[in-house]
Amino acid sequence: MRAFTYERAASPVQAAAAAAANPDAKFIAGGTNLLDLMKLEIETPTHLIDVNGLGLDTIEATSEGGLRVGALVRNTDLAADERVRRNYGVLSRAILAGASGQLRNRATTAGNLLQRTRCPYFYDTAQPCNKRQPGSGCSAIGGFSRQLGIVGTSEACIATNPSDMAVGLRVLDATVETMKPDATTRRIAIAEFHRLPGDTPHIETVLERGEFITAVTLPSPVGGKHLYRKVRDRASYAFALVSVAAVIQQDGTGRVAIGGVAHKPWRVEAAEAELPRGAKAASERLLDGAKPSHENAFKVTLVERTLGSVLEEARS
Amino acid sequence: MPILHELELNRRDLMVGGCTLAALTAVPTVVQAQPSPAGALALTKVSLTVNGQSHDLEIDTRTTLLDALREHLHLTGSKKGCDHGQCGACTVIIDGRRVNSCLTLAIMNEGMEITTIEGLGTPGNLHPMQEAFIKHDGYQCGYCTPGQICSGVAVLGEIKAGIPSHVTSDLTQPVTLSDAEIRERMSGNICRCGAYSNIVEAMTEVAGRQG
Repeated sequence: MRAFTYERAASPVQAAAAAAANPDAKFIAGGTNLLDLMKLEIETPTHLIDVNGLGLDTIEATSEGGLRVGALVRNTDLAADERVRRNYGVLSRAILAGASGQLRNRATTAGNLLQRTRCPYFYDTAQPCNKRQPGSGCSAIGGFSRQLGIVGTSEACIATNPSDMAVGLRVLDATVETMKPDATTRRIAIAEFHRLPGDTPHIETVLERGEFITAVTLPSPVGGKHLYRKVRDRASYAFALVSVAAVIQQDGTGRVAIGGVAHKPWRVEAAEAELPRGAKAASERLLDGAKPSHENAFKVTLVERTLGSVLEEARS
Repeated sequence: MPILHELELNRRDLMVGGCTLAALTAVPTVVQAQPSPAGALALTKVSLTVNGQSHDLEIDTRTTLLDALREHLHLTGSKKGCDHGQCGACTVIIDGRRVNSCLTLAIMNEGMEITTIEGLGTPGNLHPMQEAFIKHDGYQCGYCTPGQICSGVAVLGEIKAGIPSHVTSDLTQPVTLSDAEIRERMSGNICRCGAYSNIVEAMTEVAGRQG
């Protein structure tokens, strides 16, 4: 790990200003992903801004009938919150499907959104990777790609976003609230928050330099059955090959978002009109334009079958 | 949420120092506001409360909590397996919650109450979970055992506190103890000797005794 200096932020705006003033600074909250990457020298900040003392750790009702989740609410607490379990079950389920109990106890809501890909070539510093070292090339294309993306990929990167929580937030139409170094705030729809790789896969979100996440808000509950199905190589503590987050109403209409297939939680609203016709029709629209590799072509079938299984469970 | 305290109210060693808990959490302080030149060594002072005892250290900012415990405080019960949060051998209990001590910096844990395997029990006064691991043969080589036991103690607290898991069938109902719940919740603790089923038996027995 490279040496770094450390400070504790006094307020969100001070944290944002400190990060804006130093291009090599990083915020640290749970640290469960960042410290792992720092040990491998994939992340090499020279300064850490510890934001754990800022509060931002409560879940409050909004005037619109939804919930405002503080950026520092731990994954365990968000998943266990009674209101989330009752009205946003897909989010509880998604969080509980990820990581281990130890990690969820420290990982935060904002940190989970900002975690980096688990593409094996991003982790292997001996190999080219456009995400780790812009312009160096992509070792995953033509390489070991079983875990990697099939849709929304580019010539520069086929990595996937590893978060389960983000897939749950996407199906719920959550909003990310931020504060900039000049103390202005902004609200970013979760659909717009993560970027597709294009030719700049190292830029993963629309956050600007120093911009600090303060909360994630959930709109008022939409009812329906909330389901999260994660298919992976082990029964627990493994990243998704494919995951499906779904909110399905009694009449068969609903919403679905897919994890494990793209650089961001994958949701195509037009495909949801096909849901009453079944998984095949819906998944064809969802994966329209997919470019799987020979190693991960199975994910196309797996999306359809996992979605089929989820729709069947919703009907039962 | 002090889950561990609810579970272990009768244990004097865990009560010691419980009142120091909230002292440092609310006051943001700049430890070192001026970034030093890239790559330069940065030392910092940190005060850690471990097993009820306060320790003042001067350490490199890079020191993980695990390295502070093992290399500076010589509490070598917590083990370094993978050092990347994958194996769980470094699991300790902080403010009642289990955490991978390899994935948190020592300096981030100032003012918190840290409990390691050395604070759960002693050779002459074993923690019920330690006794149950011995009785049910919940280990072979023993390397993962301190992490398994810290995790196991905290897991029973999580179930008692009603925190759901991936295998909890109904999120709106209270969580009930089962083999499936224990296995899912312990998936962050790897045992390459494969003592898993005996660990489940040990935890089930302790949970039963607590009622």
